[in-house]
Amino acid sequence: MWPICHNLRRRLESTEAIMRPQEMGSVAKQVQQLDQVVIRFAGDSGDGMQLTGDRFTQETASFGNDLSTLPNFPAEIRAPAGTLPGVSSFQLHFADHDILTPGDTPHVLVAMNPAALRANVADLEAGATIIVDTHDFTGRNLTRAGYAENPLEDGSLDRFHVHAFDLTGLTVASVKQFGLSRKDAARAKNMFSLGMLSWLYGRPVDSTRSFLEQRFANAPDIRDANLAAFNAGWNFGETTEGFAVSYQIKPAPMRSGRYRNITGNLALSYGLVAASVRSGLPLFLGAYPITPASDILHELSKHKRFGVVTFQAEDEIAGIGAALGASYGGSLGVTTTSGPGISLKSETVGLAVSLELPLVVVDVQRGGPSTGLPTKTEQADLLQAMFGRNGEAPVAIVAPQSPGDCFDAALEAARIAVTYRTPVLLLSDGYLANGSEPWLLPDVETLATIEPNFADKPNHETETGDHSFWPYQRDPQTLARAWAIPGTPGLEHRIGGLEKADGHGNISYEPANHDLMVRTRQAKIDRIADTIPALEVDDPHGDAAMLILGWGSTYGPIGSACRRLRQQGMQVAQAHLRHLNPFPSNLGEVLRAYDTVVVPEMNLGQLSLLVRAKYLVDVVSYNQVRGQPFSASELEDVFTTTLKEMHS
Amino acid sequence: MTTDVTLSGLRDMPMSEVETSRKDFTSDQEVRWCPGCGDYIILNAVQGFLPALGLKRENIVFVSGIGCSSRFPYYLDTFGMHSIHGRAPAIATGLATARPDLNVWVVTGDGDALSIGGNHLIHAMRRNVNLTILLFNNRIYGLTKGQYSPTSEPGKITKSTPAGSVDYPFNPISLALGAEASFVARTLDSDRAHLTEVLQAAVTHRGTSLIEIYQNCPIFNDGAFDVLKDKDQAEGRLVRLRHGEKVQVGDREWVHDAHNDNPSQAFEISRLDDATMAHVPIGIFRQVERPTYDDQVREQVAQARAQSGEGELAALLSGRDSWSVA
Ligand code: SF4
Repeated sequence: MWPICHNLRRRLESTEAIMRPQEMGSVAKQVQQLDQVVIRFAGDSGDGMQLTGDRFTQETASFGNDLSTLPNFPAEIRAPAGTLPGVSSFQLHFADHDILTPGDTPHVLVAMNPAALRANVADLEAGATIIVDTHDFTGRNLTRAGYAENPLEDGSLDRFHVHAFDLTGLTVASVKQFGLSRKDAARAKNMFSLGMLSWLYGRPVDSTRSFLEQRFANAPDIRDANLAAFNAGWNFGETTEGFAVSYQIKPAPMRSGRYRNITGNLALSYGLVAASVRSGLPLFLGAYPITPASDILHELSKHKRFGVVTFQAEDEIAGIGAALGASYGGSLGVTTTSGPGISLKSETVGLAVSLELPLVVVDVQRGGPSTGLPTKTEQADLLQAMFGRNGEAPVAIVAPQSPGDCFDAALEAARIAVTYRTPVLLLSDGYLANGSEPWLLPDVETLATIEPNFADKPNHETETGDHSFWPYQRDPQTLARAWAIPGTPGLEHRIGGLEKADGHGNISYEPANHDLMVRTRQAKIDRIADTIPALEVDDPHGDAAMLILGWGSTYGPIGSACRRLRQQGMQVAQAHLRHLNPFPSNLGEVLRAYDTVVVPEMNLGQLSLLVRAKYLVDVVSYNQVRGQPFSASELEDVFTTTLKEMHS
Repeated sequence: MTTDVTLSGLRDMPMSEVETSRKDFTSDQEVRWCPGCGDYIILNAVQGFLPALGLKRENIVFVSGIGCSSRFPYYLDTFGMHSIHGRAPAIATGLATARPDLNVWVVTGDGDALSIGGNHLIHAMRRNVNLTILLFNNRIYGLTKGQYSPTSEPGKITKSTPAGSVDYPFNPISLALGAEASFVARTLDSDRAHLTEVLQAAVTHRGTSLIEIYQNCPIFNDGAFDVLKDKDQAEGRLVRLRHGEKVQVGDREWVHDAHNDNPSQAFEISRLDDATMAHVPIGIFRQVERPTYDDQVREQVAQARAQSGEGELAALLSGRDSWSVA
């Protein structure tokens, strides 16, 4: 009888990260205490692995562990069953302490078929545990997954702890009384597995039970079968001789307050709703479906009670066009996209730069170029966000650093857009969009308010004493132009994409005026830096010689790697950029304060290029574009090596 | 002229308390079309028509794309946006959906609407957003100095087709009918009375109204519609459509039914207009009532609020699965 060995890394994520087997003195089975676990659920895309992962996550969140998740699914909706391209997985890292990433390598792999095993086994380290459904480990199914021999029998898994059960068969037997077809009965195997894993890790199960009751309220047979399978899985875990021990992972100490688990796309959607509430501007989303941004469209379409209008456009261009039209009318105009969609929107972003109207452009970055990797993450749209328009067309750029942080980033993007009458590119990515973490609910009363400051009276007096409205008259502080929305009497005016004269805004082809307007639009974006906080550096002892500078979703792995270095007595400083344009005012100073600056990015060095050009600091660029987030151990190696080279 | 606004495209739009005149709708910008351009006559007709409409000037918005016609908004003292090539219907869709109190117009040309912006045009008509679209058709690219357009006749010699165009043209009316437009009309720049009559019907129609206006470009395609303007020939060639009135073409005769749910008859009439301009129908081809996209969107928002009240941010954020840490 093997206890499950969680094979924790020897390089530790925190001082707490030590496996502490403690006998809990249970009657039938032992309970061991662990400080963290990384589990990966893998199966066919039709096996419901995302749902299983979501439910396990919810149970874990409500138990009070810190957690971080990473779903990974194929671009195809249902690739042929049992094949490698059809494998979908969900990884969850949970712990009794503060964690930053979904974990590098799983301690436990739950594989529902041969393809799921084959697609994931290479990510496991020796000593990891595999829980496998043996049901499909037969002739054709093995071949389809690319196995010549049955891996459960040929010794190839000897370095792992394998728990092999016919989960499908057990599920079918457990739901017999509901008279479902064999296919429908077998479908409940994800709930059987969830029940079993819930037992194994002592998860609270009420939320899953009530979830199943609600979800299948209209199909009592299916509901009851899923509940029965879930309960049967739990009981099986408890009684089977296959598991000698169960595990306990204590709740993590967290700041007091109310929490929920949240994905990046959900947090981003809520941030936009909050921006609408806090600005008093109705939210208008113009969007065309595209992975992985579509969930924002789905989510916002549910919130009509907040006055949210969602417009599913005929194409990406119409999505941003309608959003800009709504902005012109005094809404908070937002468009969401990903991948090639951002290219299609470029021309309209340019128009918004020229019109100087608020517009939030959300780019949930995915692997490129072209269609690229629709379901995989990358952060290679930074330079496009920065420069991807004709002419001098500066925009503000904001990036979230974790799933929950998407809320704050969206609110900040809206604040800048409205205050400065400018498009703002909000650069999320596939990892943030679908990943999740516990999120401390903000006090809504203390959220920033956003002041639209609509013009409601003439702002210019002519030589003859007449009063008129000049749409390109600017606020001396922010350089934001006067914004009068249609329906404001006496302020009728025309704006357009042609160059306009400073002040009154009529068409102007004057050379000096164009020069002035180009510089003024740039200066307006630069002035945003006056209202953004200085970049903070995390340097616990204040004497590090190496700084790690990141942006976006790399925050977790960078932070995790920095902690590991510090635990080994190395000094390293970390800073993470929320604002990519303009940069915080003190960035140059921060960069120059360190002997070496390392910039890890999931692109070929886009932030590096920007900071080198702007500050003439020769940063060390570290890059990977595998469609997956950095692993903390990879960065740990890079940082350690760099540090050693500095000293040699 | 008084307008019944209860059922019309003007519902929810505030009426002006004071009389307005053409002067109120004339901006201080110098009009810069070429001398003799048909656009002048259309501008004149619209400036003459708007005061009669009786809406508050600040609640009228003209949105245009790119091309000669798209300079239109600059010359009207209303709100206006000169946007980018082909995208005006998309921008106007967002504006009209967000603001039911605005009277939104789109001004576009044959290149802007039917070439680069074809997709937005057909989808605006399909959705039936409350917009009035003026499509100035001069069958040429004017602003880029004379290339053939998607309505140029086959064989046309232009700068980009020295050996004659081999491109087959759109019939804009047939296209609009195929795109499920609820209001489709054609008129001529030179016929002010007819143009005004069609404008009145279009702007008070609730939904997307498409008006194709044959417009002369004296610089690059002069005389394209001369046969329809020539006193001797015009009446023989023009087929005047008025709902409920008799129409005669050759030995065929019928009563025009613009309100027919089935667009087949209107489509058949649109096909009378072949390359020879032997028979060119003008007037309203189709005018049917169909729920508009923007009304329904707002209705859903209103319903959600009526059913479950205004959204509460704190409740939204905490959701159903939150927990407390002491
Ligand atoms: S080019 Fe033709 S359409 Fe354009 S302004 Fe001149 S005459 Fe009018």
